[in-house]
Amino acid sequence: MISIVSLALQPAGDVWHDLINYVLPAALRDTALLLVGVGALTLLIGAGTAWVMSRHDFPGRGMLLWLMPLPLAIPTYLAAYVYADLFEPLGLVHRTLAIWLPLGDALGLLPNLRSLPGAIFVIGLVLYPYVYLAARATFQVQSAEFAEAATTLGAGRWTIFWRVSLPMARPALAVGVALVALETLNDIGASEYLGIRTLTVSIFTTWLNRGSLAGAAQLACLMLAIVAGLIAMERYGRRNASIAFSAESPHVRQRTPLSGARAWIAFAVCVLPVLIGFVVPLSYLAHQALGRGLLTNFDPLLWRHTFHSFAFAALATLMALMLALATTIAHRFRPDPLRYLVMSIAQTGYALPGLVIALGLLTPVLAVDNAMSVVAAWIGRSSPGLILVGSGMAVVIAYTIRFLAVPVGMIKAGFDSIPRDYDESARTVGAGQAVMLRQIYLPLLRPAMLGAVIVMFVDCLKELPATLLLRPLNVETLSTSIYQFASRGNFEDGALAALLIVAASIGPVAWLTKFSDVPSGPA
Amino acid sequence: MINLRVLAASAAVLSLTLSFVSEAAANGEVNVYTYRETKLIQPLFDAFSKDTGIKVNVVSASSGLEQRMKAEGANSPADVLLTVDIGRIDEAVQAGVTQPIKSEVVEKVVPAQYRDPDGQWAGISMRARVIYASKDRVKQDKITYEELADPKWKGKICIRSGQHIYNNALFAAYAAKHGEAKAEEWLRGVKANLAQKPSGGDREAARDVAAGKCDIGIGNTYYWALMMNNDPEKKPWAEATRVILPTFEGGGTHVNLSGVLLAKHAPNKANGIKLIEWLVSEQAQQMYADQNYEYPVRAGVAINSTIAGYGKLGPDPLPIAKIAANRKAAASLVDKVGFDN
Repeated sequence: MISIVSLALQPAGDVWHDLINYVLPAALRDTALLLVGVGALTLLIGAGTAWVMSRHDFPGRGMLLWLMPLPLAIPTYLAAYVYADLFEPLGLVHRTLAIWLPLGDALGLLPNLRSLPGAIFVIGLVLYPYVYLAARATFQVQSAEFAEAATTLGAGRWTIFWRVSLPMARPALAVGVALVALETLNDIGASEYLGIRTLTVSIFTTWLNRGSLAGAAQLACLMLAIVAGLIAMERYGRRNASIAFSAESPHVRQRTPLSGARAWIAFAVCVLPVLIGFVVPLSYLAHQALGRGLLTNFDPLLWRHTFHSFAFAALATLMALMLALATTIAHRFRPDPLRYLVMSIAQTGYALPGLVIALGLLTPVLAVDNAMSVVAAWIGRSSPGLILVGSGMAVVIAYTIRFLAVPVGMIKAGFDSIPRDYDESARTVGAGQAVMLRQIYLPLLRPAMLGAVIVMFVDCLKELPATLLLRPLNVETLSTSIYQFASRGNFEDGALAALLIVAASIGPVAWLTKFSDVPSGPA
Repeated sequence: MINLRVLAASAAVLSLTLSFVSEAAANGEVNVYTYRETKLIQPLFDAFSKDTGIKVNVVSASSGLEQRMKAEGANSPADVLLTVDIGRIDEAVQAGVTQPIKSEVVEKVVPAQYRDPDGQWAGISMRARVIYASKDRVKQDKITYEELADPKWKGKICIRSGQHIYNNALFAAYAAKHGEAKAEEWLRGVKANLAQKPSGGDREAARDVAAGKCDIGIGNTYYWALMMNNDPEKKPWAEATRVILPTFEGGGTHVNLSGVLLAKHAPNKANGIKLIEWLVSEQAQQMYADQNYEYPVRAGVAINSTIAGYGKLGPDPLPIAKIAANRKAAASLVDKVGFDN
């Protein structure tokens, strides 16, 4: 952060005249429209499916339980390539439709994916799991009393959803949508490819074409300010909403069994986003991988790339989880402005494009490395080289900073849904902080923590710009290897690496969703 | 239940594992930072290692490598930096992370136009920014860059973002030749001729022409060759178009240059120079031409037959430094005329 601000403090030359007059109006408009569109779409899909999944039982739910979060494993830019390919006038959709339906010129009316609505569609359908995971974590531990009380008062299922569950899930939904918004803000590959000139795209061109790193950093700070504003607005909006429920035990509500048409509808509602956000891109990639003989000529180096991806991601996830627990727990035990500030700062990394973080990190990380060399020389040892960068720790640090908002946000939302009364009851019986932590918080936070781990891990697997810039010599990850093909205009040749990212994500996602599903409560 | 101690232990184990990933800087090695994708240059590096016994270690990225070298300072492991465009060559020199390549071989083999007078960089290969014209709908055989603004092309041109480095360099060349005011007028004209908002990449320009969205697409020479020769699925896109080498009115086709630079603090300087000299050797230049479909900088090396089929390339004689000096102006004009909006 500091080094980004210090980059921003350098004179930026005369770029701001242009930025204000020609760049920012369009960039702010495009960014705002994209954010609103993607936010609305993911909220609709994420909250809707989370509600169906956490409150109902229907055939296929078990399978959906681990399918629902999987679109997370598809990097946005890959989804953009795939859908643009599919919907181009020469693409599969047009060709298929032309064979089966005599539409003729009407085919021209098919949506052009390389447009703002196209970008909203593509980005929304791979990012909805952020909202889904956050919402489900809350919906399923929401106290049943409220719903039961509402039922007693004659409220129907929809009324309960709109008037009780949804408002109570608001902190979690806000976290989910905030993550979606930040991820969208951060996206560069998909936006640029689909022709949307967002703030992030402008940051890159300011740096690369105008040669103004300072100007780019200043734009990044502007973006940070906007994000801070959004977060503040959201906080202000729910300043009076006390979220934690009563001291009653939050016994879990039983899931309503569905059958017949209702079961089919529930299944369709949930399976559709998975199909669009995951199955279609995955099938397309698999088709490309097979068609190009990538399996028969399997490149054994891919295993190495997978190992690197996995190691970087796992280490960063662990570090972030520990940091997130430390900050949120500190805030819980003694909420004061300072701790609140620390927690808020921990969340800002997500608002900065990965490359900006990487550039910002270069100076401090390498200063440490260079200092270690000086010390080594001073004590008469030969220089150890660049330890942090050379070992890949710089990548791990970048991931941790970049994605820390995920565990902090989700665990904070988890804490918000644990009644303060619990703390007082525990203190009354003389429980110390350690006991409260082990016996109350951690068990109740489990869904939130697991959700955070999935999201963070998969985010790390997909991360590209910081990985590219900070990785050591001779180290490739799966995403940098896809990039090698994509930047050549042949992303399909990276299909196998993309499939491996998905495969690497499926394991943890499946395992963790299994553990995060709270069993249906007693009748 | 997640146990904090287990977490801490796993973190420790993982960080140990990672530390084995680290690089070495022993004798007989050379470290390359590259903007060129490793997949493309690896065959060249392999051949170099076979010839010389020197191991090549690589980091590739899409941007920021000169910033990394700057921050690494005297401890930087980088010996050689490979770039794929004029802009990045210029950035690296401006960042002060290079030193002159003192090599008689390079001076002899690389034409003066394609290397820095002070020896800060040397070109290795070239690609031209050309027109993919519809075979059915475009009858002209010659088109000038100036003509792209002619209203006769209204609604007929497809191009990627005006801020992409390839277009940036072309527009910078235009501004260097005609001055900013004329360049602005021209860009407004081109913008008015676009069939759709700038998006996609160079291969999409060919696809859009094939699909009838536009009559001419702007792209680099090698994308077309790659579609034609290396990708059966995309071959129809190339087949629907033919490549026209446009020129400026005074003559000369815009080319961009991939270049090589020697790092200021190169720990394996001698090996670095060996690699640079090898990259401009006949063998390497031939590999560049045949595998990457680029124009070699070394005279007397045969260009690939697909590329040769475009016609005889007469590269724009405008010095590379002039183009680099106009990059910012070009970026500014693109925004001013709202090219991408």
